[in-house]
Amino acid sequence: MELCGATRLGYFGRSQFYIALKLVAVAQSGFPLRVESINTVKDLPLPRFVASKNEQESRHAASYSSDSESQGSYSGVIPPPPGRGQVKKGPGSHDAVQPRPSADQQEPASPVVSPQQSPPASPHTWRKHNRHPSGGNSERPLTGPGPFWSPFGDAQSGSSAGDAVWSGHSPPPPQENWVSFADTPPTSTLLTMHPASVQDQTTVRTVASATTANEIRRQSSSCDDPWKITDEQRQYYINQFTTIQPDLNGFIPGSAAKEFFTKSKLPILELSHIWELSDFDKDGALTLDEFCAAFHLVVARKNGYDLPEKLPESLMPKLIDLEDSADVGDQPGEVGYSGSPAEAPPSKSPSMPSLNQTWPELNQSSEDTAIVHPVPIRMTPSKIHMQEMELKRTSSDHTNPTSPLLVKTSDLSEESKINSSVKFPSGNTVDGYSSSDSFPSDPEQIGSNVTRQRSHSGASPDNTAPPPPPPRPQPSHSRSSSLDMNRTFAVTTGQQQAGVVAHPPAVPPRPQPSQAPGPSVHRPVDADGLITHTSTSPQQIPEQPNFADFSQFEVFAASNVTEEQDNEAEKHPDVLPAEKASDPAGSLRVAQTDGKIEEKTAASVPANVSKGTTPLAPPPKPVRRRLKSEDELRPDVDEHTQKTGVLAAVLASQPSIPRSVGKDKKAIQASIRRNKETNTVLARLNSELQQQLKDVLEERISLEVQLEQLRPFSHL
Amino acid sequence: MAVCIAVIAKENYPLYIRSTPTEDELKFHYMVHTSLDVVDEKISAMGKALVDQRELYLGLLYPTEDYKVYGYVTNSKVKFVMVVDSSNTALRDNEICSMFRKLHNSYTDVMCNPFYNPGDRIQSRAFDNMVTSMMIQVC
Repeated sequence: MELCGATRLGYFGRSQFYIALKLVAVAQSGFPLRVESINTVKDLPLPRFVASKNEQESRHAASYSSDSESQGSYSGVIPPPPGRGQVKKGPGSHDAVQPRPSADQQEPASPVVSPQQSPPASPHTWRKHNRHPSGGNSERPLTGPGPFWSPFGDAQSGSSAGDAVWSGHSPPPPQENWVSFADTPPTSTLLTMHPASVQDQTTVRTVASATTANEIRRQSSSCDDPWKITDEQRQYYINQFTTIQPDLNGFIPGSAAKEFFTKSKLPILELSHIWELSDFDKDGALTLDEFCAAFHLVVARKNGYDLPEKLPESLMPKLIDLEDSADVGDQPGEVGYSGSPAEAPPSKSPSMPSLNQTWPELNQSSEDTAIVHPVPIRMTPSKIHMQEMELKRTSSDHTNPTSPLLVKTSDLSEESKINSSVKFPSGNTVDGYSSSDSFPSDPEQIGSNVTRQRSHSGASPDNTAPPPPPPRPQPSHSRSSSLDMNRTFAVTTGQQQAGVVAHPPAVPPRPQPSQAPGPSVHRPVDADGLITHTSTSPQQIPEQPNFADFSQFEVFAASNVTEEQDNEAEKHPDVLPAEKASDPAGSLRVAQTDGKIEEKTAASVPANVSKGTTPLAPPPKPVRRRLKSEDELRPDVDEHTQKTGVLAAVLASQPSIPRSVGKDKKAIQASIRRNKETNTVLARLNSELQQQLKDVLEERISLEVQLEQLRPFSHL
Repeated sequence: MAVCIAVIAKENYPLYIRSTPTEDELKFHYMVHTSLDVVDEKISAMGKALVDQRELYLGLLYPTEDYKVYGYVTNSKVKFVMVVDSSNTALRDNEICSMFRKLHNSYTDVMCNPFYNPGDRIQSRAFDNMVTSMMIQVC
């Protein structure tokens, strides 16, 4: 023992002592008195630990042999527990040794319950086992002396600390370990427990607790944050976690966790409370973080710390998953919304099924961007794609080269449709120009569109007088924007509106003029109803479509697509159908135009929204229609203007697509963005409406209750 | 809002019962006990349909001059009974319903705890806190 103590400083003395005890046990059991044998006999400790321990043990092997004898005497001695206290604090190895036996004895004494104690009749065995556990750090189940835990907490902590030191930490500065553990209050108790539960302490917990306890005891260092988990502890917990669940990212089912923590011999009520605290997501299973928190709480409790009412911040599981899921949730939600607009268009133009399909995809892709920045979307690429798709779908020999593009775009997204539609107008008037113009008009939705438009615009002359680019309402405010658009459209000409809606940037919505005619043209073709409407005021159309396109681009990418398609429809019936199909908004637009015509809606945004939503999921689409219809009818500008403006913008942007393949892509992308924006807008509208619906239902319920209450009185 | 909240197990013994301490608790216990008959009536009446179709919220079980008793039953035949003060007319049915839903959620959280054996008294602090919040609202 002297050797043990001598070789190690006071703290380690204990560990050494434990080793010695183990050796004694080994010797008693008939195995060669070697540290290694101890390890082999008992559960094999973790390799590293073993090594460390072996080092220590080997050093003292010789001494152990002699020590064992002395230990034997020690075992018999079992000095009174007070020694423990000294041991804990006392650095003296001897003291540690002595207290240990006493502690050990205490352990055996108290744990009458624990049969484990019995095997090692003498405290040595405990110690040895203790060592073993500590050495083996492994995962010994906390079978140990449950009852011991508390009483031995202190004593054990001391001894276990030593053990823990071994097990938990490589020989190198055990003091370091001490230090580290010192911060962990629970460790000590657990450590003590472990020694008690020597034999079967498979749970790392015991070891860890021992180590931690030791640390704390030894060094009663300041505990800055009693709930903070030290690295060693965390490593220990992780090790324990892996024994139950090899996958660190997996869950520990409730039953397994219950079994595990029951070993700690804490009352079920406390364990239940610990579970409540640590199971953060209330799923009945523990993630690694949750498990560490729970383990830490158990250790703390074991060491006498009261359980907190709330989970300490340092134990909070990282909510990365939650965040991720939340983010994911948002995106899918957005995607879903965007998908709805996509679906709407299809209703309109069955011939553009492909567009529709692509549209949701585009929406999804742009979802992320749309969600984050609903504002400008690179319309150009999307438009281009859309146009291409439109072209493909319709596979019609449109007079305008853009028509096929329009078709494609419609498939891709409303934006694309718009692009295509824009293209058409542009084709009709100024192909590239219009599309390019339309793009700029939809700044929010299509960044690329803008670029394309610019490029296009540069190419084509400004057919119509470049409407002043009024500041477009942010697409983020679907309703507001729609309102704004409506108003702006109502107030200003389609061109202006389009400009405003399309691109807040001062890009003159050149395509508007060209688009206007386009959309107007499309309208008739786009929707049957629209057709009638669109035909009403071709003059207006040229102006409005632009606005519509732009506004739609901003707010409703999809709608823009439809707009464009509508515009193009005029020229290319095939395209229009495609647009319609792909752009549910288009159908909405049609409906809206109808509505507008009939209702002359100066409807507020909600009305617009409802209109837009009712006929079609994406409000933008209705707006588009409106734009078109406005062009024709010039009725209510509110919804339609907004939407049509968007559509116009889209359309405007689209025409530019056909200019070049690159532009097409940009247009498509732009249209995608617009569609995404539209989707977000629609999603908002949807949520708002649902809220209203809920409120109304609640009111209804309350009214019904009141009615029932009043009924008896009616008889009176 | 509620002056008394009780959770009754399937076998009709209480898992959790709590009243505002100001009142005579025994009276509330008695009211909850008598309401169990009404609950059983409602359950059996609706039992013709499949359990899935059965509504969880039972609504007003029976009113007294001072109090109103509401009931809610889960699919596992665990019943929640809530006694509210009649003077609190502002309490709407859907509010009661939402309170029951909160109760149900907290109850499932308690159930998820592996250390909780179904059939034991509910001693979860989180559940207690939630119930207290509901009862304090009234005051």
